[in-house]
Amino acid sequence: MAEWEPVLLANVHRPNSEKIGTYLAHGGYQALRKALSMSPEAVVAEVKASGLRGRGGAGFPTGVKWGFLPPDAPVKYLAVNTDEGEPGTFKDRLIVERDPHAILEGVIIAAYAIGAHRAFVYIRGEFFLGVKRWIKAIADAYQHGFLGKDILGSGFDLDVSVHRGAGAYICGEETAMLESLEGKRGQPRLKPPYPAQVGLWGRPTIVQNVETLANVPHIILRGAAWYASIGTEQSKGPKIFCVSGHVNRPGNYELPLGTPLREIIEKYAGGVRYGRHIKAVIPGGVSTPMLTARQIDVPMAFETLAAAGSALGTGAVIVMDETTDMVEVARRITDFFVHESCGACVPCRLGGFRMLERLEAIARGRGRPDDLAKLESLARGISGLTFCPLGTGMCEPVLSGLALYRDEFVARLNTAAKR
Amino acid sequence: MNLERVEQIIETYGRDRMNSLPILEDIQREFNYLPRQALELVAKRLGMPQGHVYQLATFFKAFTLSPKGEHQCKVCLGTACHVKGGALILETLEKELKVKAGATTADGKFSIEGVRCLGACALAPIIVIDNQPLGQITADAAVQKIRELAAPKTAPSPAPAPAPASKPAAAVPKRGVDMSAVPPR
Ligand SMILES: Cc1cc2nc3c(=O)[nH]c(=O)nc-3n(C[C@H](O)[C@H](O)[C@H](O)COP(=O)(O)O)c2cc1C
Ligand code: FES
Repeated sequence: MAEWEPVLLANVHRPNSEKIGTYLAHGGYQALRKALSMSPEAVVAEVKASGLRGRGGAGFPTGVKWGFLPPDAPVKYLAVNTDEGEPGTFKDRLIVERDPHAILEGVIIAAYAIGAHRAFVYIRGEFFLGVKRWIKAIADAYQHGFLGKDILGSGFDLDVSVHRGAGAYICGEETAMLESLEGKRGQPRLKPPYPAQVGLWGRPTIVQNVETLANVPHIILRGAAWYASIGTEQSKGPKIFCVSGHVNRPGNYELPLGTPLREIIEKYAGGVRYGRHIKAVIPGGVSTPMLTARQIDVPMAFETLAAAGSALGTGAVIVMDETTDMVEVARRITDFFVHESCGACVPCRLGGFRMLERLEAIARGRGRPDDLAKLESLARGISGLTFCPLGTGMCEPVLSGLALYRDEFVARLNTAAKR
Repeated sequence: MNLERVEQIIETYGRDRMNSLPILEDIQREFNYLPRQALELVAKRLGMPQGHVYQLATFFKAFTLSPKGEHQCKVCLGTACHVKGGALILETLEKELKVKAGATTADGKFSIEGVRCLGACALAPIIVIDNQPLGQITADAAVQKIRELAAPKTAPSPAPAPAPASKPAAAVPKRGVDMSAVPPR
């Protein structure tokens, strides 16, 4: 395959890439003009036909989600998820800090398509520069007539505001984010009803990840057929892969979906440091099950990773070399989830805590012989049975760690038995 | 306690429950914690039950109900930083400052904590001191940085430094540093 020419990250290298002038000089807001000349239904149809799927982790088809909005609702909202918190993920921060107008153009087109006149940007509180860049981008877009009343003479109105989070991973979950936007604790809501039916202040709301939205202008400008020609059968378009851990060149790499994991690690991220061997790879952020070195020929696409027993998640590839202590990794990740559990449901709050207790004991060499079985039974009592997907995500690293690196866990137990 | 300042913060954002988070964030930044009287005032002005304000103050990790140190040091323990030695950095800093993660030194100068993934994993391991990110850092370099901050600011001259007339403006941390890992070309 020919070398991939970046689409989403085409702008980020340019000096002053965040400025509206730079964006305009390189074809910015052309897609908006084109979209406004189309009917909203045609924009939705184009996005549907492109095959674009959400980049926030769940991979739901974006155009299909837009189609779920009740057509006769008087007020609809768009919520923009910039809460990036899945460990290992650092793509949304890059786009927001370096190319905020690319997302904003996607926001305006999406709002036009779904008939929303109000969009809310929710951004992680720690992203100081991102907050600034969002605010500046929005202010400049108002100045240029891309926001506000009668955008570019189309008769379409849109207002956008920025809202900061205050340090809670769960607020990235769409319904928790809506709660937080309403000024409440970020506790997820029961689904259904989905936000597209009952969202912010009870109004139909579409929640979209920023990378997803950054794809939209390209789809409009170059057409769904072009977009759908990139990627695999069920995973279309380019994707930003965040590669971190024990590689020589950690960073964000934009490649077509379906690019083999091995190519991403070896060709782009420069291979494993010190010429060491891979022990494990987390392919899509810590909520996705780990893969072993033998599985890294898997193409990075939704369907192929699912077949390999994992998931594409956010596309955050964490590479761990042969020196990595897998018990520690499982303990550390579980510690994260236990801290970030909102505490609303028992399996997640209590089950997570119990798993962490066992993992801490094992890590300290004080694990009891039946601890592994106990861990597995705890995880099975949590996975799929929690109020929101956080609890299920919490079990993946534990279950996959135990399945793939059981001997390491067992070795720790043995030292305990000897004493 | 300067309740005037709290009133100002509330008025900047407007008396809407939707603004409760940014209001609390600004109060936290101003006082290094959320003082009780400030929370009471926010509840009154936004027309929220005190309990609801307290719920927010305890749910979100950016808030504390007791003062944080003058310098705040966050060590990333996200998975990418973890596999590159984040825990060792935290441990070393705990020893250096003789205080456990999550606590503040007795003199109120430093607080350290382990934090979740900061979304800058290409720079792993990373620590953030007073909102200044220090990427691909070693435990030694982190200790060095802490010692620099701990040292008295004035030049080591025998003459006594004049007492600052007011609160030094330099206490405001530089914010909004670029942490986006731009991909290599
Ligand atoms: C615990 C949890 C955390 C999440 N965090 C984020 C996040 O930080 N950013 C994000 O875009 N989506 C996050 N999501 C996914 C959102 O719920 C939602 O699916 C997504 O924002 C929809 O947008 P998309 O279809 O464009 O991906 C999270 C989901 C869960 C369960
Ligand atoms: S793991 Fe430390 S920044 Fe992501």
